[in-house]
Amino acid sequence: MPKKTAQPAEYVLEVEDLVVEYGRRRILDGISMNVRAGEIMVIMGGSGSGKSTLLRHLLGLEVPAGGTVRMLGRDVSEMTNTEMDDLRQHVGVSFQSGALFTSMSVGENVALPLRERQNLDDNTIRIMTRLKLELVSLAGFENLMPSQLSGGMIKRAAFARAIVMDPKLVFFDEPSAGLDPVVSAELDELIIKLRDALGTTIIVVTHELESAFRIADRITVLDHGRVLVTDTVDAVRNCQDQRVQDLLNRTPREMKIDADDYLRRLTEEEPEYVD
Amino acid sequence: MSKCEVQDQAGFALVVVEGEVDMSWSNDLRQAILGPLNAGRPCMVDLSAVAYIDSSGIAALVEGYQKAKGAGTFFGLVAVSDAVRSVLELARLDQVFPMYENLEQAEASLS
Repeated sequence: MPKKTAQPAEYVLEVEDLVVEYGRRRILDGISMNVRAGEIMVIMGGSGSGKSTLLRHLLGLEVPAGGTVRMLGRDVSEMTNTEMDDLRQHVGVSFQSGALFTSMSVGENVALPLRERQNLDDNTIRIMTRLKLELVSLAGFENLMPSQLSGGMIKRAAFARAIVMDPKLVFFDEPSAGLDPVVSAELDELIIKLRDALGTTIIVVTHELESAFRIADRITVLDHGRVLVTDTVDAVRNCQDQRVQDLLNRTPREMKIDADDYLRRLTEEEPEYVD
Repeated sequence: MSKCEVQDQAGFALVVVEGEVDMSWSNDLRQAILGPLNAGRPCMVDLSAVAYIDSSGIAALVEGYQKAKGAGTFFGLVAVSDAVRSVLELARLDQVFPMYENLEQAEASLS
């Protein structure tokens, strides 16, 4: 199946000079990146790189100290709750933990966005829900409760819920983490198929190198709250930046200590937030 | 412009669909398909001019096919556009629906 080609200027997500501070600590330090329509963008980085914080701000869940996030052409910080709610009809999110409602069955969880937002016939909702469960290989599991599912199944159910509305933009937070290699590869394949069949723009936050290289059109590498590089898979693989190579080669980071800062952290009365 | 229209053909109803099928009007498509099937008439859906179809539109096609099977009548897709075909393939429904290249082929299957 041919890949859909995105128009270069058609950005679904635009981030400009995003700054996030928790207490006196700067977690994101001037992040700028753009994601084109129909593109699979992978945001990579090690623990503490700021990728989870970036995701929360891309979703408009927190207010940054500075900079802007434009999603589907709208400045997230300038939108009312109602406008944000309307925008979210076109955005799907699959959280790392799954975030399923434990009191609802798998089918009810997946159908929830349809029941909350759309005036659709019950037959239509049932078929749409089962179509998505088929896609993630959970056909026949719709009546199980989340407590009866394995970790991988929870992740796949969350994946189905994220795409049940056929969103224009989907965020996947660590889709492969904790999954066996076969299921992980299947989810990667599904991400690519979704983009190819529906033109969905997909943003994946992950630290799994193999998965990132398999699915990405472009990769943004974060380190200590800054963008080290945003480029194609091949360009990132061949990037000469030492910190990028350390990440790709899984080289342990050298812990550099700012003596004054370290002393202050150990002794100050008001503790800082930690990402 | 996105719309669907039911045309009376000899021996069956033809639902001609145009534009982008999404949740804002897929219920119209559903009603257009179920109408003739509820009356016991065979139904074909012309998808040649569909640029996009979401899963609510696909659900309308699935429900139509199921209804036709239950009623012992006929349901099929005609001149499926590439955009629709790729979604059907994603859901593996290309292996489920009767699909015809053109109206003549569809009509021949009914005779």
